[in-house]
Amino acid sequence: MAVSHLQCKECKAEYPLEALYVCERCFGPLEVVYDHSRTSRDLGELRRRIQGGPQNIWRYADFLPATAYGRGAPGGPPVPSGGATRLGLPAGCTPLIRADRLAARLGLREVWVKNDAANPTHSFKDRVVSVAVTRARELGFETIACASTGNLANSVAAHGAALGLDSYVFIPADLEEQKVLATGVYGTRLVGVKGNYDDVNRLCTELCAERDWAFVNINLRPYYAEGSKTLAFEIAEQLGWQLPDRCVVPIASGSLFTKIAAGFREWTELGLIDSPTRPLPRMNGAQADGCSPVASAFADGHEVCRPVKPDTIAKSLAIGNPADGPYALELARNTGGSVDAVSDDEIRAGIKLLAETTGIFTETAGGVTTAVLAKLAERGDIDPDERVVLVITGEGLKTLDAVRGSFETTTIEPTLEAFENSVAQTVSV
Amino acid sequence: MSVVVKIPTQLRAVAGGEAEAQIDGATVREVLDGLFERHQELRVRIADDDGSLRRFVNVYVAGEDIRFLDGLATPVADGAELTILPAVAGG
Repeated sequence: MAVSHLQCKECKAEYPLEALYVCERCFGPLEVVYDHSRTSRDLGELRRRIQGGPQNIWRYADFLPATAYGRGAPGGPPVPSGGATRLGLPAGCTPLIRADRLAARLGLREVWVKNDAANPTHSFKDRVVSVAVTRARELGFETIACASTGNLANSVAAHGAALGLDSYVFIPADLEEQKVLATGVYGTRLVGVKGNYDDVNRLCTELCAERDWAFVNINLRPYYAEGSKTLAFEIAEQLGWQLPDRCVVPIASGSLFTKIAAGFREWTELGLIDSPTRPLPRMNGAQADGCSPVASAFADGHEVCRPVKPDTIAKSLAIGNPADGPYALELARNTGGSVDAVSDDEIRAGIKLLAETTGIFTETAGGVTTAVLAKLAERGDIDPDERVVLVITGEGLKTLDAVRGSFETTTIEPTLEAFENSVAQTVSV
Repeated sequence: MSVVVKIPTQLRAVAGGEAEAQIDGATVREVLDGLFERHQELRVRIADDDGSLRRFVNVYVAGEDIRFLDGLATPVADGAELTILPAVAGG
């Protein structure tokens, strides 16, 4: 296995691969470091290993931080035939769909939608939870937990059920009903906290020191974050081992945004990408006006983000104090991208635009991402010849309120006359 | 005025193993200075050379992030709780 150790992103201090997330020397965040010196340089072989792997994120086991279950682990058990789905829910391998009608509407030529709503609990969070929970089991934890804005709650509760682990899920008490229902159904211990996500996060960070639990996005965070790289791996593999020219990605904490780029970089450095014209795609981050600390810092030319109190319909992006904000800013600037924000009305319009042109119904976060793509296109930031990937992270059925009242239903008596009189007259049938 | 400072696990090794400390001070800055005097190693761990807090350090007074208050100048009431935590994200 290529996974080597944990390292502080700030001062580069090294730590063992345990349930650690903060550097004791400088308080910086820890991340997983790999040693690919023993990874095959035979590109054909490496690609065949990936393509011959399971139809889930574990086809990329060589690039993920789970030691015991990986292929080729010295003394480790082999991955079972039929894939590694016994490690949890089979996340990943979601469709990458060419969206010509969306592109045409925006005056662009090549737009692809990476539809991560097609995951077991209908958001990209299954990727990160799958990795975190696998590592948690390797480290001997029997209870998993999280602080969540909703999608993570669904995924942790479902993974707990699938693996027979106890789970505790902490959410803001005012979360969308659909997300609460789609969490509680799995039999988790669901705790609604009076406050916003940042309050939930603070409470869980304190609890993390008191309980011997694997908080997937706190003490298991270095492993958890790695799961997002699989989005980049899949996009590159699905494009025929090529990079897109541009990615539009939602930003909450900034982790997904930066880890997608990390995935592209890792594969480019290993030579898995065919003749890359640039080291990374242009990375465009998307936020909601009502919670846009990263977009504001980008616009103001700042290197750090000033925390905000979120007030937006895009609750899954409502993190007012984004820990990876400084890294997200750096990435957007270094790749010639940007971080933009859109209003709640633009978010609703974004959901509708994606639905009407692709048949994909996304949640409010996807509305943010689509609306930012539309804004970039309108602003002339995108060369019409660019290959653009829009990363859609969640399912519209989880945030139904956002589309309520956005269309009309005609109710009629079950007669031809009623149809002719009320529908046919207003619509050319 | 005496304040209860809650020390995160990652810093307890350089705080004599203490999880909490009683420190006198009228503002967050005074309390932190008092804490740093008692445990000098703490200063370099969480503060920059100019005295400001490192960017991954969150400080809360009675549960509120001091960046929504007056930062290091935020006044602290007698018996208040000041919590130091690492910034982590998720969602």
